Amino acid sequence: MDRVLPEPTPETQHFWDGCKEGELRLQRCVECSKSYFPPRPFCPKCGSRKVEVYKASGKAKLWSYVINHRPRPDLGTEPHSIAVVMLDEGPQMMTNIVECPQTPEALVLDMPVEVTFQDFGKITLPFFKPAGA
Amino acid sequence: MKQKTVAAVGAAETTEMGKIPNMSVIQLHADAALNAMADCGLKPSDIDGVATAGISPTELAYYLGITPTYADGTSVGGCSFMLHVRHAAAAINEGLAKTILITHGESGRSRVGAGGFRGGGGTSSLPGQFEAPYGPVGPPSMFTIPVLRYLKVRGYTVEDLANVAVIQREWAALNPRASMKDPISVADVLNARMIAYPFTLLMCCLVTDGGGAIILTSAERAKDFPQKPVYILGTGESVETPMVSQMEDFTSSKAFRVSGKKAFEEAGIKHGDVDHLMIYDAFAHLPLYGLEDLGFCRPGEAAGFINDRNTAIGGKLPLNTNGGGLSYMHSGMYGMYAMQESIRQLRGIAPAQVPDAKISISHGVGGMFGASGTIVWSNEAP
Repeated sequence: MDRVLPEPTPETQHFWDGCKEGELRLQRCVECSKSYFPPRPFCPKCGSRKVEVYKASGKAKLWSYVINHRPRPDLGTEPHSIAVVMLDEGPQMMTNIVECPQTPEALVLDMPVEVTFQDFGKITLPFFKPAGA
Repeated sequence: MKQKTVAAVGAAETTEMGKIPNMSVIQLHADAALNAMADCGLKPSDIDGVATAGISPTELAYYLGITPTYADGTSVGGCSFMLHVRHAAAAINEGLAKTILITHGESGRSRVGAGGFRGGGGTSSLPGQFEAPYGPVGPPSMFTIPVLRYLKVRGYTVEDLANVAVIQREWAALNPRASMKDPISVADVLNARMIAYPFTLLMCCLVTDGGGAIILTSAERAKDFPQKPVYILGTGESVETPMVSQMEDFTSSKAFRVSGKKAFEEAGIKHGDVDHLMIYDAFAHLPLYGLEDLGFCRPGEAAGFINDRNTAIGGKLPLNTNGGGLSYMHSGMYGMYAMQESIRQLRGIAPAQVPDAKISISHGVGGMFGASGTIVWSNEAP
């Protein structure tokens, strides 16, 4: 079964274009310098429309997760992580932790992870893997 | 303090509870509504305001033959009905309607006339773009995501989570209408089928059929109804985020804190005044967050508070005395049942009656920590 993929909107297109090009793109406010995610053309902290897109480091730490034992059909049949990572720039992001056993022993909170991209045709999704893996 | 002038005069659940394959969703609303009207001696023509979620207030009014001057379709998940109560209280005070009916009905288990899976918003919504691609399958694999962080920060264990389910099962054993009544142990909970680590089946709510309805009117009129009025002392509501991954603090719900504080302030009560508490327990972690975010426990003390049996039978703060979403019933949007139990307790007719309960709080969650509503009730006129 084909993976359920996102459908970009005008406000999020830059993010998905970035993934295609192997870049994790965040936005930050020019006025108050707040970094934020998910994308929108204004700052959720101060309301300013003066915001810029920038390339994030792709570094993060594993913030929290579950191991889903009833995978959605498009994600296969084996239990897998559904995680939230805390990006070094501040925002939180949902993802899967990949290139790593999907077990509580291997998935340790606060472990450093880094972005890795996987091409699904129309869309490239950002995932995270243990740093240096 | 205007909301002190409104009371619940009618309250009832569906005639059957748990597995109701012979009723569609709209009929579950109607069954509960007719029971609530019978409870207070009213007919549909006596109702001039409607509020509901899941179906539209238009469907509800049409189906019951009501011509309202007030309609509220606020739909923020399982606590929508707390928000309906809050809005209705303001509306009655403002003269928008005199007698408002709030209903819930959901064929969560039997799926009769239930339509497809709701929510989501499609692949171009923010959750559709930034959460759905990673495989969440509804609440069991989403609402649970913050919990490992919460356990780590608070120093709680999975045994603490399991014990929430164990103690609520003890309450459910006293409730003849509860879906699950057999005693369970912490080991039973931990050894149950894994759903989304660290959550086993017994840490997740039931999926059942049912409904409930509440009828509100002014406190002045409430005295003329057959049942003991249950007054609204204070109310609160808030919303935070449609995406659990974007919750500001994984160890505390902002919506809970804002809603709870507002309700306490409006009611002018202290925590020690509360005799009975309902915290919407879609999953075993919700009562822990609720006790902390409502201010009953300091952060880090909620698990010990439950483990020391303060919320159990005979404890100083009886919590989820119907058995909760974990053991009583959970149709999908459980907030209505939390309020039904608060009202039963204050009328003195609950199956697991708390002696002399005068003040009860019903605290609800909507979405995955997305929304919240809090109602402070009392059986004494303010």
